[in-house]
Amino acid sequence: MKRALILIAGLCISMAALGIDTDKAFDDPEMQARYEDLISEVRCLVCQNQNIKDSNVFLAADLRREIRRMMEQSMSDDEIADFLVERYGDFVLYNPRKTGSTMILWLAPALLLGIGAIVFAKIVRDRMKKPVDDEALEG
Amino acid sequence: MARYVALIIAFAILIGIFAVGLHRDPRELPSALIDRAAPQYELPKVRDPMSTVGSADYAGQTVLVNIWATWCVGCRAEHEYLLELAAREEIPIYAINWRDQRDEAIKWLEQLGDPYVASAYDEDGRVGIDWGVYGAPETFLVSADGMVLYKHIGPMDDSVWQQEFLPRIAAQESAR
Repeated sequence: MKRALILIAGLCISMAALGIDTDKAFDDPEMQARYEDLISEVRCLVCQNQNIKDSNVFLAADLRREIRRMMEQSMSDDEIADFLVERYGDFVLYNPRKTGSTMILWLAPALLLGIGAIVFAKIVRDRMKKPVDDEALEG
Repeated sequence: MARYVALIIAFAILIGIFAVGLHRDPRELPSALIDRAAPQYELPKVRDPMSTVGSADYAGQTVLVNIWATWCVGCRAEHEYLLELAAREEIPIYAINWRDQRDEAIKWLEQLGDPYVASAYDEDGRVGIDWGVYGAPETFLVSADGMVLYKHIGPMDDSVWQQEFLPRIAAQESAR
């Protein structure tokens, strides 16, 4: 049992090795932090459930390199996002920008919740209006 | 009764949404470049590092730009079809050899045949990023005035050529 636990622990720790960004870190810790934020928000389009920070495929490495280059050219976060979306579409960002076509994505949860609340209120109100005798008869 | 009708309508709408949505491949990304200007580039040729090939070479022509690499299984699968298409001389095919090894690429073209007018050697993938390439093979249809008309993800074959490329080429011809 103990050996099994040690094996499992070892396997779990080794998974962390997958996420190593082998590029040189920025000298400026603020830049490095901003860089890490940026690459956490960009989807790796090959392994579409990972961001490019965690992904090992070379598209991810290419995009990291490009983001690094754009940061060195003092481009803003918005400009970097624009660059990526221009080439890969809105899907490349984990937080899609709030443009016309993506607004539905952002508003849909609230909208559906609102519709659900209205329907719920209507059903409850209908139920409350019914006299008690009718309920007894229906049951 | 009215409540049942409303429910049935809502259900029918949901079924309609699922019927359309579930047919799509969620991993496939439509190109962000459709109906926009194709990227400009100039890269050394795969076969001749001393000379270059790029978008300037096919300006004014309707062309295919095929993204390929020797490590890509789908590229191997579509290669014979590309040779056939090139032999029919229906459209010039330019290529971007993406993230590959030059000597492997040259060997591949020599052993399997070269359907391309020229292959550009994109070693670091920088040009691929401009095209929004995220895998190989991908094939772009570029109009004579330099707009991306269509992007096909995956191996090319005759049914894709007939159903997706030919109509768009024809539409572009008649629009001019």
